[in-house]
Amino acid sequence: MDSQVGTMTSTSTPVWHYRTPKQALLRWLGWFSLVALTVFSWQLMNENTIWAFVSDAPDQAADIGERMFPPAWGYTGQLWEPLWDTINIATLGTLLGVLFAVPVAFLAASNTTPSTRFVRPLALLIIVASRSINSLIWALLLVAIIGPGLLAGIIAIGLRSIGFVAKLLYEAIEEIDTSQVEAVRATGASGAQVIDYAIVPQILPAFWGISVFRWDINIRESTILGLVGAGGLGIQLNASLATLAWNQVAMIFVVILFTVVVSEWVSAKVRQAVI
Amino acid sequence: MSAQSYPNRWKRPPVLLTNPFWRRMIYAGALVYLALALQSVEIDWHRVWLGLDRGWKFVEGFLLPDFTTRWRDIREGLVESLTMTVTSTVAGILVSVPIGIGAARNLAPAPVYLLCRGIITLSRSFQEVIIAILLVAMFGFGPFAGFLTLSFATIGFLSKLLAEDIEECDRSQIEAIRATGAGWWQVVNYAVQPQVMPRLVGLSLYRLDINFRESAVIGIVGAGGIGATLNTAIDRYEYDSAGAILIIIIAIVLVVEYSSSWIRRWVQ
Repeated sequence: MDSQVGTMTSTSTPVWHYRTPKQALLRWLGWFSLVALTVFSWQLMNENTIWAFVSDAPDQAADIGERMFPPAWGYTGQLWEPLWDTINIATLGTLLGVLFAVPVAFLAASNTTPSTRFVRPLALLIIVASRSINSLIWALLLVAIIGPGLLAGIIAIGLRSIGFVAKLLYEAIEEIDTSQVEAVRATGASGAQVIDYAIVPQILPAFWGISVFRWDINIRESTILGLVGAGGLGIQLNASLATLAWNQVAMIFVVILFTVVVSEWVSAKVRQAVI
Repeated sequence: MSAQSYPNRWKRPPVLLTNPFWRRMIYAGALVYLALALQSVEIDWHRVWLGLDRGWKFVEGFLLPDFTTRWRDIREGLVESLTMTVTSTVAGILVSVPIGIGAARNLAPAPVYLLCRGIITLSRSFQEVIIAILLVAMFGFGPFAGFLTLSFATIGFLSKLLAEDIEECDRSQIEAIRATGAGWWQVVNYAVQPQVMPRLVGLSLYRLDINFRESAVIGIVGAGGIGATLNTAIDRYEYDSAGAILIIIIAIVLVVEYSSSWIRRWVQ
């Protein structure tokens, strides 16, 4: 009798739920398919994995760690020139990328583009193509095409930077204050003058911030471009890896770490000053 | 007389670097650097001239890609890349959520905070490719090393941004939940998690996109995936196959980007 009353009340009074049954079911299905996809991917990925190699990884790690220490401090003397090259690849590459990114950004921004139907999609395509392909892949191609050396690295960094800088810059252009544009246009300014006096001053801080941010990323990326022959520290890294000179590898890692920390500090300072 | 004292031309003041001395110093320094840097670049114009022919062949390969000849290699590389991307993103998220909570100053005690920030800095300072070199040496060639590399790189990215998001949380909600007598765990679950969840989903999807792009690169140093196939194609001078692989990479990145923005709109 008591239990009957209990069931009666529980069915008659509506109970508050966080989600409707349909929402709960959809969520459950979403999580289930995510887990299923992960397990399936894991199985497929490890079809050819040799677990014996994986299980002896701690021994390998200990072995490599032992060979890495102490780092070959004397090797530093040979690293100054590649380091200079690396910095040059990053800086000149950023310059090259920015040079091309600015017009692309103006063509891609919906408020400055000459034609939304033809030019804008083309500019967006350039941005996507440049962004999807890593600078190491660009370097791989360019080394095959124009030969190994700094030039391939610079162009690779430049090509990768176009998409990044142009994307952030065109978003900044689209967010500008339109009243300034109207005010300058009301004085009878031409299209170029509107860009020069109304748009450029508004996006200049963002422009410097984006460029320095990309330069910081490019320093990191240019340290490894040498692995495919595009100059810089990576060439030394490749040579040391090929001869299994792990203490030299450790030294190169120390130099890379130091460079990355310094460049991050510089970019943070500049961005603080600009924005 | 007095009319002449008014300037009749307006000169625009500089937006940045308002101090003229520092402006000139920085311009001069930039010019000197540029001269030195350009000097260090040795260009073998003869080699570049010879390479233009090959460059044209690559453009041709890109316009007329060859998907069929090496389709088996391309498919294998793609499957490795995609599975690596999914598993490493999921594993990375699972590890980076606790580390991200630990690296948030308003939730974690000082020792835990320092430890988690240390892990994040370590993961962020090295390029994926460098980590891949080390892990390939330890775990052997193949996608398993790539999976570990991408998971490790995901930790640095996601934990850092998640920790920053948690630190920016609305304090009043945390206080309100705490005032009900909730423990630390309940505060995280009821006050912090609802606030950061949309952003966590967005960041995870963004990282999925990055992981796919990186999976195309770490293959060059032996960590499996489409990068290895691409490297082989370029080494064999098969630019039409290389063009096909690059087109597939761009297409997948586009699909992931569009679908992730769609999912984000749906979740938020």
